[in-house]
Amino acid sequence: MSVSTNTACVLAIEGLTVSFDGFRAVDELNLYLDEREIHVIIGPNGAGKTTVLDLICGKTQASAGSIRFRNRELRRLKEHHIVRAGVGRKFQNPSIYDELTVFENLELSFPRGRTVLGSLFFKRDAAVLDRVQEIAAAVFLDELLHSEASLLSHGQKQWLEIGMLLIQDPQLLMLDEPVAGMSVAERVKTAELLNRITADRSVLVVEHDMGFVEDIADRVTVLHQGRKLAEGSMASVQADPRVIDVYLGH
Amino acid sequence: MNSFSTANPSTLKKHDLLSLAVLALILLVALPLLLDIFRLNLVGKYLSYAFVAVGLVLCWGMGGILSLGQGVFFGLGGYGMAMFLKLEASTPEATAIQSTPGIPDFMDWNQLTELPAFWVPFQSFPLTLAAIVVVPGLFAALIGYAMFSRRVSGVYFAIITQAIAAILTVLVIGQQGVTGGVNGITDLRTLLGWDIRTDFARYVFYYVNGVLLLGALVGALYLQRSRLGRLLTAIRVSEDRVRFSGYSVAHLKTFVFCIAAVLSSIGGALFTLQVGFMSPTLIGIVPSIEMVIFCAVGGRLSVFGAVYGTLLVSGLKMSLSESFPELWLFGLGAVFIAVVMFLPYGLAGVYRGLSERLSARFLAGRVSGSAAARIADPS
Repeated sequence: MSVSTNTACVLAIEGLTVSFDGFRAVDELNLYLDEREIHVIIGPNGAGKTTVLDLICGKTQASAGSIRFRNRELRRLKEHHIVRAGVGRKFQNPSIYDELTVFENLELSFPRGRTVLGSLFFKRDAAVLDRVQEIAAAVFLDELLHSEASLLSHGQKQWLEIGMLLIQDPQLLMLDEPVAGMSVAERVKTAELLNRITADRSVLVVEHDMGFVEDIADRVTVLHQGRKLAEGSMASVQADPRVIDVYLGH
Repeated sequence: MNSFSTANPSTLKKHDLLSLAVLALILLVALPLLLDIFRLNLVGKYLSYAFVAVGLVLCWGMGGILSLGQGVFFGLGGYGMAMFLKLEASTPEATAIQSTPGIPDFMDWNQLTELPAFWVPFQSFPLTLAAIVVVPGLFAALIGYAMFSRRVSGVYFAIITQAIAAILTVLVIGQQGVTGGVNGITDLRTLLGWDIRTDFARYVFYYVNGVLLLGALVGALYLQRSRLGRLLTAIRVSEDRVRFSGYSVAHLKTFVFCIAAVLSSIGGALFTLQVGFMSPTLIGIVPSIEMVIFCAVGGRLSVFGAVYGTLLVSGLKMSLSESFPELWLFGLGAVFIAVVMFLPYGLAGVYRGLSERLSARFLAGRVSGSAAARIADPS
């Protein structure tokens, strides 16, 4: 396995390939993520964007290639070990615990008591309470701590899931369409939130909303049929004729 | 600022303690005073099923793991206790007329000439008690982890557990030389030299059963109120989110499945002590499903509901199956469908709805009452 020359990378994906019954959903992909970078993956439907996130977090097993996170190979790790290594993942549809309160959702995500016995003897102490309060305020939900999560609006559910990841303080945060279904005001707040939380972590985002991408992206990768079509700043990508042809032009 | 934030949720709440006290009064005082020993012994038998129902609340109600094979674990405990009692009843003196004295009678009928190796540990009471906990725990850990680590869940898990119940029944019936076959293990007489067939022994076992059940409820309530309890709810609602929050979902599910198995096994052992025999008809598919119905009728999420549901359905079964033996199973099925469709939280849900409405009315009455008092007496 080749060793990346770019050791400053948080995440180094090289030669990543996955095929489903011969169909190559992701094909020989190389992708590098720097410290504190917000990297956005865009591309038409079926380009393999969500699959890339699935491969990194272990939901899908790669056929070939390597995924190194801080020089540690993730491909053979189980999902929960990848999370404990510092990789958090938000799903496309808000995936939260509907029957529990906002407080309980955040508390369950607090990175302690993650084993059977640890969870059986977990104590809700001041450190937990303060942290839940802090994260709830960061994701605009501090007034709704005691509401059942099922009662939140769609946008609030998205924020709650982001909060559930933040409380784990991941070094790499992966967000799949974080502003899908949000109002304009909510989108602005989310962009603000992402810019704030990226101060001490790297973020990999899959998004369709070009205005939002422009607001947050340090770097953009365009995927097309599982391959990288272009990479660079938003402006350079938008000017690329190939990108206009397959994705932005219509 | 928040009244609940400072309190640890795993400490039992006031209404839990109240419910425990009410149940303790009913089980340990009211029923023994009201019922003759024959009926009390029946209640004791039903209460041994309640252990299974409490286990199902944790495993199915909270964690969403529907096991249709809890009879297997009930049987492991029941047979463990029965094997010990049978060996005690099969002294060389008592079995002198057999061609091989000193082994259980059914073994002699099947031309066995020595005790099978797996029976030997059951000559010791401490080893038997250990086996009642360890054997079902290990068995549940084995099949649970094998399935949960492969992400087998929902209907598939239910069908596999049901198949295991069917297989075990066939095995027990087929190997009658070492299991007693379809008759089961019968003619149990003494426990450590003490006759278990007297009225006094039945009272003792009833109380042992009642106290152990209350203990199991305290443990189950602690688990429900712990972080593990909330995690089980979270797994039922959104399993992937739990997995991608750094938890091993397979470990958590296996643990709760083991707890349910051990509870069932303890119930099985207490059943044998109170009823005086164990047979394959008690561990197969039909009893396994009945146990799920006990839990559903009582309320999937309430450990107290599970106890009341077990008592109610078993009591109904007793009286109805005597008068309408052919119709009873249809009635049971209808009850199950009705509960699932109209009362998803069972009796516990009905009770909660009623008590919330009553307390709301009571509070409203008090507020208007005090307002009236203030108007009458402005000072």
